[in-house]
Amino acid sequence: MSPSEPTRPTAAHPVGHHVPLRVLAATLAALLVLTFITVAVTWFSWSDFGRAGNIWIALVIATLKAALVALYFMHLRYDRPFNAVVLISALLFVMLFCALTLMDARAYQPDIQAYRDVDPAHYAPDLQRP
Amino acid sequence: MSTSRPADSSAGAPAPHLQHHFTSPAQQFESVVLGMWLFLATEILLFGGLFCAYAVYRANHPEIFEYAHVYLSKSLGAVNTAILLVSSFTMASAVWAAQQSRARLLRIMLALTIACGLGFLGIKYVEYKHKWHEGLLWGKLYRPQHEAAPFSAHHAFEHGQTPPAAPTSAPGDTDVSWVFTPGDTGPRGLLAPGDTTPLVSPEPKVHNVQLFFGVYFALTGLHAVHVLAGLVLLGWTLWRAALGHFSAAYFTPVAMVGLYWHVVDLIWIYLFPLLYLIH
Repeated sequence: MSPSEPTRPTAAHPVGHHVPLRVLAATLAALLVLTFITVAVTWFSWSDFGRAGNIWIALVIATLKAALVALYFMHLRYDRPFNAVVLISALLFVMLFCALTLMDARAYQPDIQAYRDVDPAHYAPDLQRP
Repeated sequence: MSTSRPADSSAGAPAPHLQHHFTSPAQQFESVVLGMWLFLATEILLFGGLFCAYAVYRANHPEIFEYAHVYLSKSLGAVNTAILLVSSFTMASAVWAAQQSRARLLRIMLALTIACGLGFLGIKYVEYKHKWHEGLLWGKLYRPQHEAAPFSAHHAFEHGQTPPAAPTSAPGDTDVSWVFTPGDTGPRGLLAPGDTTPLVSPEPKVHNVQLFFGVYFALTGLHAVHVLAGLVLLGWTLWRAALGHFSAAYFTPVAMVGLYWHVVDLIWIYLFPLLYLIH
């Protein structure tokens, strides 16, 4: 913090960053185009990428859109980097949370299957189609 | 005023909104923004729990998601996405207008943002209402009206048999109590013995579809609550803007409500493809 920093915002020391309207409008246009693309990719099959191949394309496009919103609408590109550190750590912790949970999400499937196999007519009536 | 603060001839008297524990409006604003980002991080973690539930259910039961997502309208979801994106743009423009001390533009942009938020909730209402009427709900409330209910209650009804008593519990994996009503005969309780008429949906049925709608309503419901809260905050901001509280010297509430509104948009950006665009 400069000792000469004024107590009122001035042109040299504005409060916050001013993102001009044309940048905001360009961001909106990019977001709408990406939304169209993410809908358009569902018109084609992406099974080469696995059963849920579309989900990876959708997530990449969604992340691009989220980055645009954060960088320009939320001024993150012009902010102090620490705000980005806060956001990215939150995202990392969500990913860690999901990844660790998914690691043993199927842990009880054998038990469930064994339970259903004991008396399928009673415990798994959905598998007993006529 | 602290004596350690240097007198700056260009600065004049301290800004009226500057709290004494901050050195300058810029420092005060940056501190508020950091605090807001910390709050937004907790919001992302809050939704993270539900995204995790989505990931686990989808990993374990991909067929449910592939089956059930067709009951969501892709076009309504896309329109709502566009509405939220436009509202994010008007919100960012409102912040810019406040920074430029353009009071009228600020009010217009805030009003447009509120209109978009209301439009979003209106479309969400149409979607929820449709699902409510179709019985496409969570847990035990899942009673689809559009096809044969599990165990073909609908089928039995069509063939002139006694309509089943209203299910007291939903068709779950192990809960078949409502099928076996006293006095019924036949293996399924509702079908006569030896009736091998194909069911209305002869293809292998997907079970536990209520899982998808549970995840759908939890995620979009929590998001809708956030939109609602955002609308209240935007209304408050618009009211203060109308009173002329905001200018280049002080626009912190506009910027903070803006950050919140953008996070609501950010979450929808992920919800839309994850729920509506399953392929």
